[in-house]
Amino acid sequence: MLVSELKPWPEILSYLDGEQSIFLVGCNGCAEACQTGGETQALEMKQRLLEEGKTVTGYSIIDFICDKALVKLKLMAHEEEVMAADSLIVMSCGIGVQATSAVIDKIVHPACNTINLGGVQGKWRGSERCRECGDCLLDLTGGICPLTACTKGLINGPCGGAKNGKCEFEPDIRDCGWHLIYERLKSLGRLDKMSTIVSPKDWSKMQPPRHLRPTIMWALEHEEEKKEVAAK
Amino acid sequence: MSLREAFKKGKFVITAEVGPPKGVDIGEMLDNAELLRDKVDGINVTDQQSSVMRLGSLAACHLLKDRGIEPIFQVTCRDRNRIALQSDLLSAYALGIENALCLTGDYVSLGDHPEAKPVFDLDSVSLLQIARGLEQGQDLAGKELQGAPHFYLGAVVSPGADPVEPQILKMEKKVKAGAEFFQTQAVYEPKKFAEFMQQVKHLNVPILVGIVLLRSAAMARFMNKNVAGVYVPDSLIEEMDRAEKKVPKSVEIAARLINEMKGLCQGVHIMAIGWERRVPAVLDAAGLREYNVY
Repeated sequence: MLVSELKPWPEILSYLDGEQSIFLVGCNGCAEACQTGGETQALEMKQRLLEEGKTVTGYSIIDFICDKALVKLKLMAHEEEVMAADSLIVMSCGIGVQATSAVIDKIVHPACNTINLGGVQGKWRGSERCRECGDCLLDLTGGICPLTACTKGLINGPCGGAKNGKCEFEPDIRDCGWHLIYERLKSLGRLDKMSTIVSPKDWSKMQPPRHLRPTIMWALEHEEEKKEVAAK
Repeated sequence: MSLREAFKKGKFVITAEVGPPKGVDIGEMLDNAELLRDKVDGINVTDQQSSVMRLGSLAACHLLKDRGIEPIFQVTCRDRNRIALQSDLLSAYALGIENALCLTGDYVSLGDHPEAKPVFDLDSVSLLQIARGLEQGQDLAGKELQGAPHFYLGAVVSPGADPVEPQILKMEKKVKAGAEFFQTQAVYEPKKFAEFMQQVKHLNVPILVGIVLLRSAAMARFMNKNVAGVYVPDSLIEEMDRAEKKVPKSVEIAARLINEMKGLCQGVHIMAIGWERRVPAVLDAAGLREYNVY
């Protein structure tokens, strides 16, 4: 169980500068349970995008978005809609965003911040890893997480330690994460994203209330609380 | 003359480096620094170079400063979080050290404590930004300082990286974040360096080309295989191989490289790595004793 919450709307909107048509991807696994990426939320997202004058070419809710093969299979059924979109908004944990990015040659935007891991990381994940940092950066990095793909977790570009695209730590097996990010953004024609200076991360977003968050129950209770507060 | 003044006057700036000892016998380090006194505009003090635990850069900079030698405080993000880094920058300034070279730092696996927990709370870009923030009288948390420091901030770039574009993109960020000068990774290919200088011309920031003294052909081969962003062409390796006397050959090659590149950039940074006493000979051979290009 990966616990996620939707990013603030202005942040999501800021990702879409210069992009008109969007394809939405949700997840019927953890994100559905957290009410951040199920069908209900996807339809809400669609409505908000339409209100902003954007076009939504379609949407797909994948059973477990951490399963890359499944993502590819499901999105193939929406091929025309996906190809017609300028970019994809993925409403899931960081693994789902990265899994989608790995199978689709388009810019993917994360709609959620992944706060906490309530069990194993996804059910069928491949090489994608999420640090549950609570402040997802995948929009800026071509859908490849710099915190997990870069050994040093650097957020502003590569260090000087990579050789032939390999990391100075375990150069025989480990890719330089920033080399992957660079190649990815270059192939998408979005190297401009690498020029953004990213502020130091707020690591406290990873912490509280961790002791309360390790179960699916927490996510559900948390949502109930929010509803109660809203009702008052 | 401070490093800042040297750049301001448009002098062709020469820097070198010393590495603090593993232990507390500081004699050799100070002797090395003494050899370079009045021959260079500043001496970098490495910060646990290659992730090998040593005496600290801050203390060693202070020792140099006490002897009237201009230190450049190398600060990496590997071993300290944002609290310690900001604190050390303040400490440096209070000790009269104004030059700080902000680096990411090698990964811990490269050194002699590979089991250590790496920090990397900040990176080189944010470290520069935060140092600038301290100058405005504020720490990263936005809290007011009782007295603000004033730094001369440097950064590094690797012109030999392949591809070099990600390096340049990061260099641009470093300039935006506050870097006022750059020192480069070792360069052995003047032609490639000329291309690099063309690509970063728009940044309008002084760049000191990095020179590492080649001790042997084996060292060159080792660097080609293992050191990121460093490439020694075969012709130089053969030249070292053929030379009967390695030391004069090493000095000759370093001087030649400097001569070929000094017109392209604003200074030179010599990393002697144990051969500090050869540096004066290199400077002489390169005609840099009284060199002034502007």
